[in-house]
Amino acid sequence: MRASTRRIWGMMYRHLTLYRRSWPRLVELAYWPVLQMCIWGFTTNYMVQRMGASGVAPGAGMLAGGALLGGVLLWEVALRSQMGVAISFLEELWSRNLGHVFVSPLRPWELVAALIGMSMIRMFTGVLPAILLAWLLYAFNLFALGPIVVLFFANLMIMGWWVSLAVVSLILRHGAGAEPLAWSLLFGLTPFSAVFYPIAVLPWFIQPIAQVLPAAHVFEGMRAAILNGVIRWDHMAWAFGLNIVWTLGAALLFAVQFRAARVRGALFSVGE
Amino acid sequence: MPLAGGEGADPLAFLASAPLATGGIPAYALGMHAIQVEALTKRYGATLAVDGISFATEPGTTLGLLGGNGAGKTTTIAMLLGILIPTAGSIRILGHDMATDRFAALARMNFSSPYIALPGNLSVRENLRVYGHLYDVPALKHRIGELTEELNLGEFLDRPAGQLSAGQKTRVALAKALINRPDVLLLDEPTASLDPDTGDLVRGWLERYRAQSGCTILLASHNMAEVERLCHHVLMLKRGRVVDSGSPQDLIDRYGQDDLEAVFLDIARERGKAAPETVP
Repeated sequence: MRASTRRIWGMMYRHLTLYRRSWPRLVELAYWPVLQMCIWGFTTNYMVQRMGASGVAPGAGMLAGGALLGGVLLWEVALRSQMGVAISFLEELWSRNLGHVFVSPLRPWELVAALIGMSMIRMFTGVLPAILLAWLLYAFNLFALGPIVVLFFANLMIMGWWVSLAVVSLILRHGAGAEPLAWSLLFGLTPFSAVFYPIAVLPWFIQPIAQVLPAAHVFEGMRAAILNGVIRWDHMAWAFGLNIVWTLGAALLFAVQFRAARVRGALFSVGE
Repeated sequence: MPLAGGEGADPLAFLASAPLATGGIPAYALGMHAIQVEALTKRYGATLAVDGISFATEPGTTLGLLGGNGAGKTTTIAMLLGILIPTAGSIRILGHDMATDRFAALARMNFSSPYIALPGNLSVRENLRVYGHLYDVPALKHRIGELTEELNLGEFLDRPAGQLSAGQKTRVALAKALINRPDVLLLDEPTASLDPDTGDLVRGWLERYRAQSGCTILLASHNMAEVERLCHHVLMLKRGRVVDSGSPQDLIDRYGQDDLEAVFLDIARERGKAAPETVP
């Protein structure tokens, strides 16, 4: 194993060990996605029943319900990916271990790679049970959309990562006081991400904000696939392009804040 | 033997007269300083935390950093570790410039401080595995076994690090610091809050490790007996400057005192021998 790979594995092993010895931590990973799926699944069932009672064709109600459940599941992909990075970083902060980590030969990019690796594990552990539940309880199979689901996942994971990289940068800048952003920043983008409704529904002055968020394009693409059975490659291209731009911006922010923390001496005391 | 001085002092000047240190000096180190610091300065706004200090250490020696609270010891160590960027000056460790090539040096260094914790919810063995991977330690299982034996970690190897006593935590921190068989070891008050027996054991381990490996140790401590026992050379820091330096016995003799603690007090309170502001 190359030294770099081994350092990344070392950081991942540190976090995996936490889950191995704590079942509440493991359960917590799936708790919110499953809870969300239960709440929105039953809500969708109720809506579809009401639409049927109002004379709406059953197929139309099912498609609308599918778009809603697809939104819930895929938005969890972004949220869990973001929290996977941010909370793993916070674990280092809470254990006051950053001083040791940053004086080891671990490069900053290796730390980020390890956090992303943990984010993927955390996300799949949390979201896959919710996807299974949607299939069992509500007969909604996300994977029936075909291989395009992989691109939806990839784009939303990348978006979660760059948002979390920005959160980590803010924690480096402002210390533990910026902790709440780990839970709230991406939630705050939900109204602009067109998760449950098209961008066109938003007021005209908010639409430009949605247009620059990769998630809005992913969800437009998802609705096109579920409601119309078409794959909107243009939205996928926008999502990837925007993700590249935002990732570069977040990486630059991280590099600047990491260096600033080294100038201020904050890496020893960032958890305090 | 190191030389210390204020800004402008030649850190290489001692080479002509200084004897080689005891202990097995690694072959890599011949003709090279383990740590070489020149005109190192750190300023936080209007506060000058470290004021142009210079020193160099030979491989295989132990250098003590002494000074009261706020003298600049921890700031100096943080800069040596590359975790704090100096305002001015340069640091070379094992021949590597810490401004441009710090990771090459960090792989051959390690650090221990009672004020920076290891993850308390991981067992001692798991912590050592994590740092073994981070330092790319070969035959890690064997190395953990060696450290377990040398530092008597066996009885709590599989207990969470957060549940250990202060003495046990110190031994674990030392094991972490030795996991990669460092050529340079930085220790910030390694025996703080330890009972005299455990403190003595830790000092014994450090002496043995240095003698066996030829490791260079930089030690910041408030325990003057510890410094007298472990250090070949001492830098006295005050308000970010090196105000005096020498071997512990040399300082004791020059200040006409019985021990290093009295010398420390003389310097801190500027009494007795007129303490120079900088060493010429």
